[in-house]
Amino acid sequence: MNGVIGHGATLLALLIAGCGAAAAFVGGRRGDARLVAWAQRAGIAVCALVSLAFLTMQRALVTHDFSVSYVAQVGSRATPLFYTVISLWSALEGSILLWALVLSIYTAFLVRWSKRHAEPGDPQLAYALGTIFIVNVFFLLLISWPANPFRSMNPVPPDGPGPNALLQNSPFMGVHPPLLYTGYVGMSVPFALAIGALLAGRLSPNWTRVIRRWTMVPWTFLSLGIVAGAWWSYEVLGWGGYWAWDPVENASFMPWLTATAFLHSVMVQERRGMLKTWTITLIVSTFLLTVLGTFLTRSGVLASVHAFTQSPIGPFFLTFLALVLVGSLALLAWRSEVLQSEGRFDAALSRETAFMINNLLFAAFAFVVLLGTMFPLIAEAARGVKVSVGGPYFSQMTVPIALLLVFLAGVGPSLPWRKGSLELLRGKFRWPTVAALLMGVALAVAGVRAPLAWLTFVLAVFAVGLLVVEFVAPTQARHATTGESWGVALWRVCRSNPRRFGGYIVHAGILVIAVGVAASATFRREQEWYMAKGSVEPFGPYQVGLDSVWAQHESNRDGVIAATTIYKNGEVFTRLYPRLNYYKSAVEPIGTPAVHEHLREDVYLVLMAYTADGSHAMIKAIVSPLVGWIWLGGGIVGLGALFALWPGVGKSQPRGDATAATPRPRARSVSEARV
Amino acid sequence: MAWNSRKTSVAIGGAVVALIFAYLIWGGIGNNLVYFLTPTELLAKGSSVYGTSVRLGGIVQPGTVHWDAERKELRFRLEDEGKQTVEVLSTGVPPQMFTEGIGAVVEGVWTPDGVFHCHNLMIKHSNEYKAPPAGAQPAEYYRQLFRKQQS
Repeated sequence: MNGVIGHGATLLALLIAGCGAAAAFVGGRRGDARLVAWAQRAGIAVCALVSLAFLTMQRALVTHDFSVSYVAQVGSRATPLFYTVISLWSALEGSILLWALVLSIYTAFLVRWSKRHAEPGDPQLAYALGTIFIVNVFFLLLISWPANPFRSMNPVPPDGPGPNALLQNSPFMGVHPPLLYTGYVGMSVPFALAIGALLAGRLSPNWTRVIRRWTMVPWTFLSLGIVAGAWWSYEVLGWGGYWAWDPVENASFMPWLTATAFLHSVMVQERRGMLKTWTITLIVSTFLLTVLGTFLTRSGVLASVHAFTQSPIGPFFLTFLALVLVGSLALLAWRSEVLQSEGRFDAALSRETAFMINNLLFAAFAFVVLLGTMFPLIAEAARGVKVSVGGPYFSQMTVPIALLLVFLAGVGPSLPWRKGSLELLRGKFRWPTVAALLMGVALAVAGVRAPLAWLTFVLAVFAVGLLVVEFVAPTQARHATTGESWGVALWRVCRSNPRRFGGYIVHAGILVIAVGVAASATFRREQEWYMAKGSVEPFGPYQVGLDSVWAQHESNRDGVIAATTIYKNGEVFTRLYPRLNYYKSAVEPIGTPAVHEHLREDVYLVLMAYTADGSHAMIKAIVSPLVGWIWLGGGIVGLGALFALWPGVGKSQPRGDATAATPRPRARSVSEARV
Repeated sequence: MAWNSRKTSVAIGGAVVALIFAYLIWGGIGNNLVYFLTPTELLAKGSSVYGTSVRLGGIVQPGTVHWDAERKELRFRLEDEGKQTVEVLSTGVPPQMFTEGIGAVVEGVWTPDGVFHCHNLMIKHSNEYKAPPAGAQPAEYYRQLFRKQQS
């Protein structure tokens, strides 16, 4: 029954999405507001039907309805409820169902927004709706046919193997995939809006602002999803790292890079009417990279931790990718006159230049990652050899780019638009430079001998200093003129231009992440021992003692646990219980490291192996300094983005095309006031 | 806007930067390639792959495993279907599942002494669930550990 409802809902949604696409395109072409209104209704209907399919699958999973093929594949009566619920995205078909759900929700939101803020007869909007329907059609086609999760099982198995063992091993799997998907899939919306503008042959300043806002939301989720994924990998995979340049990690990171570049270049476009082709290319590339990433990781062409088993969806993705690529390129070429630049660069020392360099760096970064990810495929096709590109390639190539970006994260916001003067910069740069120099000396005295880490810390302090100046100067001015207290003045200054100050908070978060990455990559220490029960091994300032090894049954798994005590300066510091978990769905045990987390440094223990009598165990210990700063920085990025998106000042902003050309007066007065 | 000297210099500058970048990428990839080979392929390539990063995949030949707990050194031979074998020296603790006859992937370099020096030993696994072969049931292995806790 569940299978019939789910499959029926999917097919109906597919049909309606197809009709919606037709109605939107024809309505846009004829300027027929009635047809576009029908397309809007279709968007809501698709969302309702895909939600129904999703909930049906959820019900089938929770009630252990093994007549549904996907439940038979990933379900098990022994799995705890939480993991049963999240097992929906533990394999290929379910993850595409989640994808379709997120996409249909975005579609519904786009419809809701369009009813309030856009003219229904506006061809930009009609074509954008049509485009997003096409994307819906593609994913619904996948779950209707080649990746149908609702096939019926005959005979119905009494029980299933349970979800992928790695997924069952950590509650992070309840958080990381939905965040990532919300980010990844959301990039379809700005893509659709951009294609809508190109098809309509008109890119108004207001439309640009709309695209930017619709990119901010998925960008925020994607950022959080990537950090959550890194954290998951750190907590579960047991090598003490969080990023391995695995194809799937790269697949999530590349669209993030191009979307970040877009969010910066779009500001130049809004302010100065420049870089239009480039900006639109970035948003189209972002979407293409999400499709490419899904193809790489879901078709099984590249081996990866995340790759599901070989599936027939590869050719579908490749076709879709090729169509989108060719279509977008043709459209960009055909509509190049829409994207004519209106302004030109005035001076080398200006915010525009900083944005230009920023964009080149992000593009280079994305290209380096793309090439490293695709190279194995290219090499196998061209020379018939099986190779992989080692991690050092990525670090060698990306660390210099990342360092320049760290530098720019502070310098960019300090530069004024059009033309900066050296006197202005001297005033702004004085204290941050002093702080950075002091930091450099302090680190050298403290014995930091790693040049790259030293440089990262110094540049980060410099950049944070510059950002602080950006907050302090206007607050000071406001405090002096209005007599408000410092706190109130700071809050009002920030709320007067949430987009700008939210952006600076995001920059600060990225800088915190950079420091965490540099410190944990450079100063990580690790050691492993074959230990007898009761023995204690020295490890830097710590001592690691193995107390006992035992096994225990749990409903869905058996765990072998090593009880350890960590001492520091002769006193008990903490007790850690690293373990190996045996699941029904995997022959090998899944290690679960035990981590004592602290912002200063983490102590991380892994149970590598043990003897059958429990007398000995092999323990690996890792100390990672400042690794927690990465998760903290991710949180700051999220808060900054939330601050920028929080409705407030933006509400009073004019929406219609006619009035949109006037820049927001309040925002401008603040940014000019500080000069 | 006319084509002027400023545009020309920007174009030349851009081309130079792009070329340097391309050169760096080319070198970066070339120096960091890891080749996937089987023992037969490795032996066929012979001395030409000394010192290159290789990921070697095969089966751990039964009767060849020597574990030195003191020095944390593991020696074994890796064989493939062509029955060619390569001697592997792995430093560090092997994964819990490591045992004779299991599929393994070793990452490291082959040296002129004929030994493959491995720095990363992985058990080859598939995502698909298969019933473990008789006797390989892991719960059998740690059964004693339950008993001890009860007593």
